[in-house]
Amino acid sequence: MPERPWILRDYSLCSGCGLCEIACSLRHEGTFWREASRVRVIELFPGVTIPYMCVQCPDYPCVKSCPTGALKVREDLGAVVVDEGLCTLCGKCVNACPGKVPKVVKGKSSVIICDLCGGDPECVKVCELVGFKALKLTKHPGEAVKSYLVSPEVITKYYLRSWGVDS
Amino acid sequence: MSGVNYRYLEVDLSRCSYRVVELPRRVLRDYLGGRGLGTYILWRELGREWGDVDPLSPRNVLVMATGPLTGYFPGGSKLIVTGKSPLSNGVVGSAVSTDLSVELKACGYDALVIKGASKDPTYLLITDEGIEFRDASKLWGLGGTELIKSLSRELVDLGIYSLPMVYIGPAGESLVRVAAVMSKLTHAAGYGGYGAVMGSKKLKAVIAKSRKPLPKVANSSKVKELWYRVIESVAKKVSEFRMWGTSPAVWRVGAVTSSEPVMNWREEWHDRRELSHNVLSSFWVRKVWSDWSCPIGCMKLCRVVINGETYLTDGPDYELGAYLGPNLGIFNPEELAALSGLIDDLGLCGIQVGNTLGLVLELLSEGVLTKDEVGVDVSWGDFRGVKELIELMVRRVGFGRLMGEGTYRLAKEVSRVKGRDVMKYAVQVKGIGVGAHGVRSGKDYPQPIAYAASVQGGDHTSVAGLPLKSRNSEAWRVLIDSLGICMFVAYQVSDEELINYLNAVTGWFVSTDEVYEVIAPRVLAIQRVLLLIGGPDVRWDPRVDDDNPPRFYEPLPTGPYRGSKVDREEVRKALREYYYSIGWDEYGIPTEETLRKLGLNELIPIANELRKGLSTT
Repeated sequence: MPERPWILRDYSLCSGCGLCEIACSLRHEGTFWREASRVRVIELFPGVTIPYMCVQCPDYPCVKSCPTGALKVREDLGAVVVDEGLCTLCGKCVNACPGKVPKVVKGKSSVIICDLCGGDPECVKVCELVGFKALKLTKHPGEAVKSYLVSPEVITKYYLRSWGVDS
Repeated sequence: MSGVNYRYLEVDLSRCSYRVVELPRRVLRDYLGGRGLGTYILWRELGREWGDVDPLSPRNVLVMATGPLTGYFPGGSKLIVTGKSPLSNGVVGSAVSTDLSVELKACGYDALVIKGASKDPTYLLITDEGIEFRDASKLWGLGGTELIKSLSRELVDLGIYSLPMVYIGPAGESLVRVAAVMSKLTHAAGYGGYGAVMGSKKLKAVIAKSRKPLPKVANSSKVKELWYRVIESVAKKVSEFRMWGTSPAVWRVGAVTSSEPVMNWREEWHDRRELSHNVLSSFWVRKVWSDWSCPIGCMKLCRVVINGETYLTDGPDYELGAYLGPNLGIFNPEELAALSGLIDDLGLCGIQVGNTLGLVLELLSEGVLTKDEVGVDVSWGDFRGVKELIELMVRRVGFGRLMGEGTYRLAKEVSRVKGRDVMKYAVQVKGIGVGAHGVRSGKDYPQPIAYAASVQGGDHTSVAGLPLKSRNSEAWRVLIDSLGICMFVAYQVSDEELINYLNAVTGWFVSTDEVYEVIAPRVLAIQRVLLLIGGPDVRWDPRVDDDNPPRFYEPLPTGPYRGSKVDREEVRKALREYYYSIGWDEYGIPTEETLRKLGLNELIPIANELRKGLSTT
């Protein structure tokens, strides 16, 4: 495990298969539950596939915004972990997140955020197993992570412009 | 309740009402889901009045079914669309990849059953909270690209960041019988013509989104283990298929196996290497593209620009590549890709439309029709002219009205008007244009009775064959389309593994023997009986219509298998053998004993009536 691991995501290699979503929900929820996956594959237009999840911002605005102290940073990993007993599902972390990544899901008693699976993320493993390799485990790149928080709508818009199907 | 919901959602568009219908446990156990469930529901809903139901009337019932493996199996995002087909007048199980199937199942329904017809254009939004009938008047008339852009904005507002929907394009709206139910721009439930059925119901799109998990499975640790195992083994086996999809076949099936439609099947051979995947791939803007949960990724998003117009399509994949290219005499790869993009956007079935256009071009070249009658000056290989024909067809203007009826009905009408039989140019079986895999060379997968004996006519994804208990059999196709999984993933997995998976998900203890001997034959028996009832405008006589298109009895004129053709006597013999082994009589009607064995006693009087009708004429 690299020090301060990070999930590098390559949109051009992402097939949109969403096996990462299933692997995540199997690991965390023990069920096939797409909505409760910590990673989601966004596809607003066919072929524009965007794997989207927490980037572990160095300043952790989500953690700072939490009024109950439910969100903490696991120091060895840099991952955000949620204390289920303290989370009130107030949604402040969702609004504080520059990428609106944390999810409040009906049926879950606390907000869900990628915890890097303790350093060996299932999404990365299944992406490697299936051979698309759009997700890779690497070292946290520092401030640069925020450039991954471009809204999927904006990314999609520019894909469509370059394909000549949107002005 | 493991792996399935044991209930479906029934919508009545005439009344804007809906209800949830519970399914007895044994129904799903006996019919699995998908094509099997659709066939069961159609038989229950329309069985006794089948012959009177006009497929394009509000009386038709459209079923969109999931399967027990939907969502759980890698490559398990197929939605199987059925209804009374406006092409075959029987039941066609038409599969399309869409996460609508997964979302529908998570919402708590194994199927969506659509009855009646809306007065104004509408689309359905199904969520955990219920169902909304939404106004689609602003969406009516839109092709795939514009529709998706428009709906995607609405979906984002609802917090939906994927495309869990099927829809129709202008072709379905104008009741073109070769219109498809579309998904994700380039995917189609093409066979059957269900786009026209959606159009007749004024239903532009169906969207579903759930926030809930899929139903729990019977054995979750086993399913998890199998899920990983299938992904690993499939990924190891498909490196070439993943890289190129089915595009290499556009050259190969012509040049090597000599079984590709060329100029309305006059020939089945070509060696035009500019149609090779090495050229087609130069148009790809996304080389790795999967449907949800698919471990292969055979889809390729292709983009070409001709005369300032942008066309997006998949591949072109083999079927559309063959049918909109060589079958029309078009060997320019850019033009072929553009036609594929055009028909995707209009919401047409590429196979059926290519088949019908091939017939029109041949009728023109044979002088049966004149350019004045058709309204377009067009001949083989003329991209611009073909494009005009497609536009006429979708607008249903002039000759376009007749073209929109599809190959069989067009050929019948031309025969009637011209007073000469042109059925020999119609490459179809029981109303369904034959898929792009010929049988004359004997080198491709379909057997000589593949289409003649199929309950879905010319459907290359539902070919019949012997032995009955093998993957050559139509029973295997029923299995795949009833489980709700992709054929290409299923090819990589043994039947035992599939059934093992099914049992781990559902807890049903189905055996492979039971699938081949009871479950699939049961579905086929119902489909066969409904197909032979047909009506009201078309009725099939198995003595005549259980056959290959006449063209397949002409010797191949070119290529390495020049002179090769199908032997009539051999086909008759194989058909008899097929009927016998599946328990059908000499007309191909399931015998009383067979129906009893399959638990289909209710079908016995109908089958007897059909038998009596045939033996007295």
